[in-house]
Amino acid sequence: MVCWILSESVSIVVVLSWLAVNLYLFIDTFCWYEGEEAFFYTRIILGSTLAWARASAACLNFNCMLILLPVSRNFISFVRGTSMCCRGLWRRQLDKNLKFHELVAYGIAANATIHLVAHLFNLERYHLGQAEDAEGLLAALSKLGNTPNESYLNPVRTLHTNTTTELLMTLAGITGLVISLALILIMTSSTEFIRQSSYELFWYTHHIFIIFFVGLAIHGAGRIIRGQTGESLTLHNVTFCRHRYAEWQAATLCPVPQFSGKEPSAWKWTLGPVVLYACERIIRFWRFRQEVVITKVISHPSAVLELHMKKRDFKMAPGQYIFIQCPSISPLEWHPFTLTSAPQEDFFSVHIRASGDWTEALLKVFVAEGQVPKELCSLPRLAVDGPFGGSLTDVFHYPVSVCIAAGIGVTPFASLLKSVWYKCCESQSLPGLSKVYFYWICRDATAFEWFADLLLSLETQMSEQGKAHLLSYHIFLTGWDENQAIHIALHWDESTDVITGLKQKTFYGRPNWNEEFKQIAYNHPSSTIGVFFCGPKAMSKTLQKMCRLYSSADPRGVHFCYNKENF
Amino acid sequence: MGQIEWAMWANEQALASGLILITGGIVATAGRFTQWYFGTYSIAAGVFICLLEYPRGKRKKGSTMERCGQKYMTSVVKLFGPLTRNYYVRAVLHLLLSVPAGFLLATILGTACLAIASTIYLLAAIRGEQWIPIEPKPKERPQVGGTIKQPPTNPPPRPPAEVRKKPSVEEEGAGGPQVNPIPVTDEVV
Repeated sequence: MVCWILSESVSIVVVLSWLAVNLYLFIDTFCWYEGEEAFFYTRIILGSTLAWARASAACLNFNCMLILLPVSRNFISFVRGTSMCCRGLWRRQLDKNLKFHELVAYGIAANATIHLVAHLFNLERYHLGQAEDAEGLLAALSKLGNTPNESYLNPVRTLHTNTTTELLMTLAGITGLVISLALILIMTSSTEFIRQSSYELFWYTHHIFIIFFVGLAIHGAGRIIRGQTGESLTLHNVTFCRHRYAEWQAATLCPVPQFSGKEPSAWKWTLGPVVLYACERIIRFWRFRQEVVITKVISHPSAVLELHMKKRDFKMAPGQYIFIQCPSISPLEWHPFTLTSAPQEDFFSVHIRASGDWTEALLKVFVAEGQVPKELCSLPRLAVDGPFGGSLTDVFHYPVSVCIAAGIGVTPFASLLKSVWYKCCESQSLPGLSKVYFYWICRDATAFEWFADLLLSLETQMSEQGKAHLLSYHIFLTGWDENQAIHIALHWDESTDVITGLKQKTFYGRPNWNEEFKQIAYNHPSSTIGVFFCGPKAMSKTLQKMCRLYSSADPRGVHFCYNKENF
Repeated sequence: MGQIEWAMWANEQALASGLILITGGIVATAGRFTQWYFGTYSIAAGVFICLLEYPRGKRKKGSTMERCGQKYMTSVVKLFGPLTRNYYVRAVLHLLLSVPAGFLLATILGTACLAIASTIYLLAAIRGEQWIPIEPKPKERPQVGGTIKQPPTNPPPRPPAEVRKKPSVEEEGAGGPQVNPIPVTDEVV
């Protein structure tokens, strides 16, 4: 319970802080523009929509600064590596970087809407300021700028135009339209449905952000929102002169007020993150140029490809992932895959399942028709960026760890279990970790094959070293047909499992989590147990519930700490 | 990008355009901008587009996530048959709907977004995509008794299944129900 509160509360604190900064910026800027004397005359024309537009602009600057940071993966890896205090807590926050990116994107969308609506009103009011029936101070202010000595206040100079033309004649208008369109296109192609059905569309369209940032930087260059200059404020007292607009031309007590626009500030906010992200892409390009040697290609059933590769200075931790690019398939796409090898091995490997255009093309390229093995030198070149992410090293920090994987979600745990095996080989005892429970829930029996070898060698290794009690694994098969059922039933009494060949028998159907958690809590009554899961959301929710349910209220009792690995 | 279904993105884009048209229309009408009647048109067009685009079409491969509560609109949209199925019609419709909104600044963003959605629908239509309604799966009534095999007609000891399946015409005497050599009485009182 305690660790759940802690880990959830850090997320809540981060979100609330972000919200607080947004609110502070909004309200502070709003009040400034509503009260500032230099903008008094501007407010005569525009009303309070000036303040709405400027306040939302301030929030937009802040959010556009933040948006690039969560996707600067090398930067995050760097921060993760160097954060000394409260390592566990902050590292888990860094794993939620994509959620934060989405949150900031929603913030940008909300503020952009406010900004757009406010400026629509502003432009309409500027336009009406030049109307023939405009009178009094409004008319006088709008006419300013017609003679050579005057600086204008109203950017719309003539009535004989419509607001659309006016918009398209200003830099701010055109860039505003362009960046709004860019934002909308990015958002419509980033919905979860599109991401899952066509990752490439999401990836390519997202690069419109370049247009977004360029447009944002030059958006304010026209300086059309103007306030009185400081010099003019000293000469022309607003409170006194506002009613004497007829006498301004006479320039006795009240000289004509002079106006100037604020210099654009968006680039100041976004320059840092843009440079950082540019460095990220440069690093990725440099890594792209680095040679990746493919040492082994293994084709597994159910369309899974295993690639063993080597790269200079490549260091990984269990649970991390890499980006892979295959220029002969697509010169621009990078796709993420979890590493399935242990850090102790001299190569790194990934298991790739065919589940989309790019992965299917990769399988076709690497696995020739008819299973004839291709020459290693004739294989297409691959580029690798990473490794990134990873929260699985936490497994070693708990006395007891429960690792649960669904389907292809077993890949980070493959790396972890191999790492456990190597550590077991090297030293007599693993410091800290005394028991690992491993659950794998899988629909397809053939998917076991590539993982079965690993479990088999782990099983023999553990029993050889007398550490069979260290790892307890349970495999659940949730889909079978009648033939398989008959085959299983016939071989029920044999000592090794008919599907996996392991001593531990496979279970059929989904696990009963209540029973499992009850048993684990009973076996380890006063430990903190780390629960690690990689798989679909629905199961994640179930497991979180189980963790909360079976953690005891007593601080000395058993506690389940839930960690989810996500992509 | 070979397998992407463009209609999926066009649908999201058109739905977003509908919402933007409604927003722009409300702003223009409420603020009584110049030529604000285009704003009222924009609200109407936006509502129509949102209703038309709300039900997601079925993907050719894989499963499609339905939008919440879309089955009501699916039945209405399905009624128009080829008009709503064909994406050429949708592309032209969206293009035509977007034009009047282009005359007013408040809705010009909606025009641009809808025009883009129209282009993507055109692309989808050229690639032969169609709007297929997501039908609710007919509830399979559990077949009571369908899989229950007939219980054995004769008491044990029974010959194995292969022998039992042989047509009893061949052996009149030995086939059929067991004839007990000693009469057996039922113990049940």
